[in-house]
Amino acid sequence: MADSKISVPELIIEPGRTEKNYWRDLWLFRELFYILSWRDIKVRYKQTVIGAVWSVLRPLLTMIIFTVIFGRVAKLPTEGTAPYAIMVYAAMLPWQFFANALSEASNSLVGNTNLITKIYFPRMIIPASSVIVSFVDFAISFGLMLILFVWYHFLPPLQIIFLPLFIILAFLASFGISLYITALNVKYRDFRYIIPFIVQFGLYVSPVGFSSSVIPAKWRLLYSLNPMVGIIDGFRWSILGEQKMYWAGFLVSCVVIALFCYIGVRYFRKTEKTFADNI
Amino acid sequence: MPSPIITVENLSKKFIISHEAPERYKSLRDIMSNKVKGLTRKGNKQKSSFKEEFYALKDINFKVYSGDRLGIIGRNGAGKSTLLKILSRITEPNTGRITIRGRVASLLEVGTGFHPELTGRENIFLNGAILGMNRAEIRKKFDEIVDFAEVEKFLDTPVKRYSSGMYVRLAFAVAAHLEPEILIVDEVLSVGDAQFQKKCLGKMEDVSKNEGRTVLFVSHNMGVVTQLCKNAILLKKGNIIFEGAASEVITRYISNNTNESNFYKSTDPNNLKEIFFEEVLIVNSNNQAIEDFQFNESIYLKFRIRVNKNNPSALISFTLQNMVGEYLSTFVETLNRFTVKDNIAEFTIKLQPSIIAPNSYSFRFAIFNPSDVVFDLIEMVCPIRIIDNGTSMSIFEGVSYGNFFLDYEIC
Repeated sequence: MADSKISVPELIIEPGRTEKNYWRDLWLFRELFYILSWRDIKVRYKQTVIGAVWSVLRPLLTMIIFTVIFGRVAKLPTEGTAPYAIMVYAAMLPWQFFANALSEASNSLVGNTNLITKIYFPRMIIPASSVIVSFVDFAISFGLMLILFVWYHFLPPLQIIFLPLFIILAFLASFGISLYITALNVKYRDFRYIIPFIVQFGLYVSPVGFSSSVIPAKWRLLYSLNPMVGIIDGFRWSILGEQKMYWAGFLVSCVVIALFCYIGVRYFRKTEKTFADNI
Repeated sequence: MPSPIITVENLSKKFIISHEAPERYKSLRDIMSNKVKGLTRKGNKQKSSFKEEFYALKDINFKVYSGDRLGIIGRNGAGKSTLLKILSRITEPNTGRITIRGRVASLLEVGTGFHPELTGRENIFLNGAILGMNRAEIRKKFDEIVDFAEVEKFLDTPVKRYSSGMYVRLAFAVAAHLEPEILIVDEVLSVGDAQFQKKCLGKMEDVSKNEGRTVLFVSHNMGVVTQLCKNAILLKKGNIIFEGAASEVITRYISNNTNESNFYKSTDPNNLKEIFFEEVLIVNSNNQAIEDFQFNESIYLKFRIRVNKNNPSALISFTLQNMVGEYLSTFVETLNRFTVKDNIAEFTIKLQPSIIAPNSYSFRFAIFNPSDVVFDLIEMVCPIRIIDNGTSMSIFEGVSYGNFFLDYEIC
């Protein structure tokens, strides 16, 4: 018996066993995670004429429409002196990220059936890599915001150093909810019809086209149950810096996000082992 | 005695079969409507779906030692694929425990995760990562893989423009260059053209014999199993019914496929015909009625002919047919060569071994008079299968290369 392989860990397969090594496995499979994200990014705009321009064009057009409808036609107030367009765009960034992540991730498991039924790896990699793809889009759209700053001669305030914090929060919200929905989608394919609806509906329920300060004060705490409210407020606070942060609401949103992450990871882990049998 | 590299103990996997909803996934609507149905139809219980447990594997125990090449054989539905899926951690067992000491790579399908939009080069990296190689490893083996697959000209073409042959070659090439301690392979050799299959088989042998890897191999191709594997286990309905040296297990598998349908019995109740076949039975040298014969096994045809009115000039023809009924070979005997006792002629005909090529066949028998009368004629009866147990053509198993082996010499 060649003892050169002493370093090879013993692998034990038992019912319920995957529980114990899960996070270590996730780390061992980081290479696959990297390459799957790379694949999704690479494939995303294949055979499209303008390619990655799409990830700039979509938020840009939505921003223009919202600025015209909410800012000009409905004459809703902006926050302080910030241009309406920048106010909309600051919300557009996390919203688009969230919406894209949700729609990409919800179909990710079903779309990768061939992998799931043929190869072992921690399944969380698949929805996670679709969230990453949306994040790349987010980064590109972020570049456009810098151009908007120059266009409007707008100088962001000092709070902008807190922006990464809100980006992480947006990431967690997208990831948590995506995990939950993608796992449900394996069993109940209804969710692929529900997602476009949530995304469309959410765009109007969340303060994307308008400032959340237009919401009556007594409803604001309740309004913050929508996790995107806290994130969007945070983005605006750190980018525009005009309004005072509504911290109570923000805290509520944070709790909701944490709850979604917990439920998402838990449900995903619970059902993950049966994906190959159910998909 | 070295300790085993894989130990499987009391392994079981059950599936719940729901008899009303055969779809694999449900939709919310189904659940809701079932709930409503359940409310409104309380008394009528038989109609609601009932569930049945089905064991794909039941109490499996075996050990595999380092460097072993284990074949897993059994009929469709015997649990082979489920076993491989559990070993490669795709699905979980319900009970039992498996201990594996080494890196496992499983190859349940060639080209898993190939993306049609990506180029050959990109897919090599993608597929490699999916199969458990890291980038450095793939880079090291890249040229070797491309060389093996013979696709260097098309490396930067999306694989959706590949011919199916190129696709399979590339996919297998990546898999063949894996370097795990344990390789789990499912039927992947049954793809591609014969020449490439031969190359793959060579590579597999190389991997296991020269590099000392442990290989678990599932196939329906007994010829390939004989060539590649040292040991084998035979699964039947989720149980291991036999284990041992590959050749022994295959013999057991073949003789286990007993089937009552391979004998002919006259359905004519009134015995009105003058001369007719009452019974034809196909047996092996141990007088067992079987359907699957090994290539180097003799085939015995046992006849029981009723002769109500003897006819001295009657002839009997024996024809081998292929599965579509074409006549492959015929020989004729006169009826009076066989003794008739109490209106019954009973005799056995032996077909020499190692002539009929592995494939499926049936027979046509006729009793007739050279002038015009046909006393009895039966066609497409007594189906048999010749199983390749290691002929010179075994690598071409599954390819239709003919029906007989000719004796030849190189002069």
